[in-house]
Amino acid sequence: MSDAAPTTVPLAAPASILPEVPRLPDHLVDQLAFPHRGAYKEMVKAFRDAGFELCSDLCAVDYLTHPGRSLPEGVRAERFEVVVNLLSLSMRQRVRIRVQVPDSDPALDSIVDVYPGADAMEREAYDLMGVVFTGHPDMTRILMPEDWEGHPLRKDYGVGRVPVQFKEAPGPR
Amino acid sequence: MTEHDEHGHEGPEQPEEVELSDERFVELESEVAARHEAEERQLVAETSEGAQELAPRKSTSAWELRQEVGAVLRLPEGGYVDPSDIDVEERDDQTMIINMGPQHPSTHGVLRLMLELDGETVLRTKPVIGYLHTGMEKQGEELTYVQGSTNVTRMDYLSPLNNELVFSLATEALIGIELPPRAVWIRMLMSELSRVASHLMWMATNGMDLGSTSMMIYGFREREMVLSFFEKTTGLRLNTNFIRPGGVAADLPDGWEDDIDVLCETILARSYEYDELLTGQPIFRERTEAVGSLSAEEALALSVTGPILRSTGVPWDLRRTMPYLAYDKVDFDVIVGKYGDNFDRYSVRLNEIRESIRIVRQIAEMMPPGDYRVQDRKVTPPPRARIDESMEALIHHFKIFTEGFRVPEGEVYVAIESPRGELGCYIVSDGTSKPYRMHIRAPSFVNLQALPLLLRGGLVADAVAVISSVDPVMGEVDR
Repeated sequence: MSDAAPTTVPLAAPASILPEVPRLPDHLVDQLAFPHRGAYKEMVKAFRDAGFELCSDLCAVDYLTHPGRSLPEGVRAERFEVVVNLLSLSMRQRVRIRVQVPDSDPALDSIVDVYPGADAMEREAYDLMGVVFTGHPDMTRILMPEDWEGHPLRKDYGVGRVPVQFKEAPGPR
Repeated sequence: MTEHDEHGHEGPEQPEEVELSDERFVELESEVAARHEAEERQLVAETSEGAQELAPRKSTSAWELRQEVGAVLRLPEGGYVDPSDIDVEERDDQTMIINMGPQHPSTHGVLRLMLELDGETVLRTKPVIGYLHTGMEKQGEELTYVQGSTNVTRMDYLSPLNNELVFSLATEALIGIELPPRAVWIRMLMSELSRVASHLMWMATNGMDLGSTSMMIYGFREREMVLSFFEKTTGLRLNTNFIRPGGVAADLPDGWEDDIDVLCETILARSYEYDELLTGQPIFRERTEAVGSLSAEEALALSVTGPILRSTGVPWDLRRTMPYLAYDKVDFDVIVGKYGDNFDRYSVRLNEIRESIRIVRQIAEMMPPGDYRVQDRKVTPPPRARIDESMEALIHHFKIFTEGFRVPEGEVYVAIESPRGELGCYIVSDGTSKPYRMHIRAPSFVNLQALPLLLRGGLVADAVAVISSVDPVMGEVDR
């Protein structure tokens, strides 16, 4: 599979570079790829052309309070990480693409025109994590109300900042 | 008529006749018109839905219109369609935008749809979701791995055991423990029964949406049998929290084989009664055949999985293609359709019930003896009896239920075949006893994207049937 991937981006072999990556006893080991932000979309396209027909998942992770995660050499850890899971039905294989997205400019190319199915997932990632996908036709909130402030899944989101009013205990009847 | 009534008609409500000059009348009229216009503007501006609202055609960008048409879908040979090459019809004058839901009984929960209609024909559809969003992914970061399965079980409330299963598999993959065979097989048994219950529920609601009330009653009746077995085994009918990291919560109850026997026999026999009730019935076929068709390419492009993908003819079932648990040791068929219409989705699900029962029978035969959970005191609590006699057991018990167990640092994505499609769980661990990030890839959420395409060009009367055939569970869509 590695020969089909673009040569300009580092494609990590999970076993050698990331010994921490867990293996499932009876699963195929997922392949991991760590493209730079600029090369991300090209890589997704390359994988699509290499036979990964389905974008099974896209989500974002906020590494604010856990910066010291293991990444292959040459990949600079940033606050956000967008994780894309691609699935090849013909090869029965999965690949997981992890892109670093900095806090100062949380934006990433949208892959909606490569995988139309990523539409709702990108909107979800934007809604809950605040990563903007440039080129997405409808970058709006999907789960939270339209006028909501903040992105709930961020680690610095104030849980409990909305005061909850408790009623007094009901008196004796 | 009484005197009192007659008097009641008189009173201060009588409108006063005021003479208006012509100029004043024109002035008033234009004032009213201006106010109406302002109100209309404000109506649009004040909706909190903002861009989620289905805007009129003239204020929608051509890109968006084309996307709703499905023009950006990939072509089978892997090429793109340039969206600017496609003409979007200009027929603003005849169309009407109506709102359906979120309280509509046929949207299976709180799904809201904006539909653009041209007479009886549906042109554009926009699903608006989020009415049931409860922040379960955020909550998952606050709960330990021990408590986590209680949280995820509430997502897809029609097949809760599958949610627990995927969460447990992900956690176990991070810890790197191997389960005793009996735990694996019990999990498989429960997961398959859960599929049967979920598909029966779907048969019931789909029958209901198409006007077959008897199917609804039958579906619920048979599902209740499965739920009774769940209750006997796990203590609860729904949200069982039975499959936990490290195994399952309890062993199967005495005499479970007999229950399974009765259950399989009854449901299998009755599934052929459904054939008589629905499959061969002309009205049902008229309303389902060639309604809401989807091609395999479209389904793949839109990331659709599960029975909807299989109904288009793609034999993709994770139980077969990427086996987890012990699915490679049982014999079953992957059911595929051909046309991807409502009828194919119906028959795929109906036949999957039969296949699941076939699997359940094999599991009952091959159920290995042994332990139902891993005997690792760092992961699972000690047996109750040990706590009375061993201080160490007490400490382990206390530790597991207060702080939980530590999971090594790492990240993992595990996917299983839930009744609705690929149910994935992505967990990032930072080495503590709580997931750093827990993301669930919800099949209903993703499958819902196909709805605009399925509904397009169909009749509004079929919309209800098509929504039902996608089988969205809003608890999972919104999480």
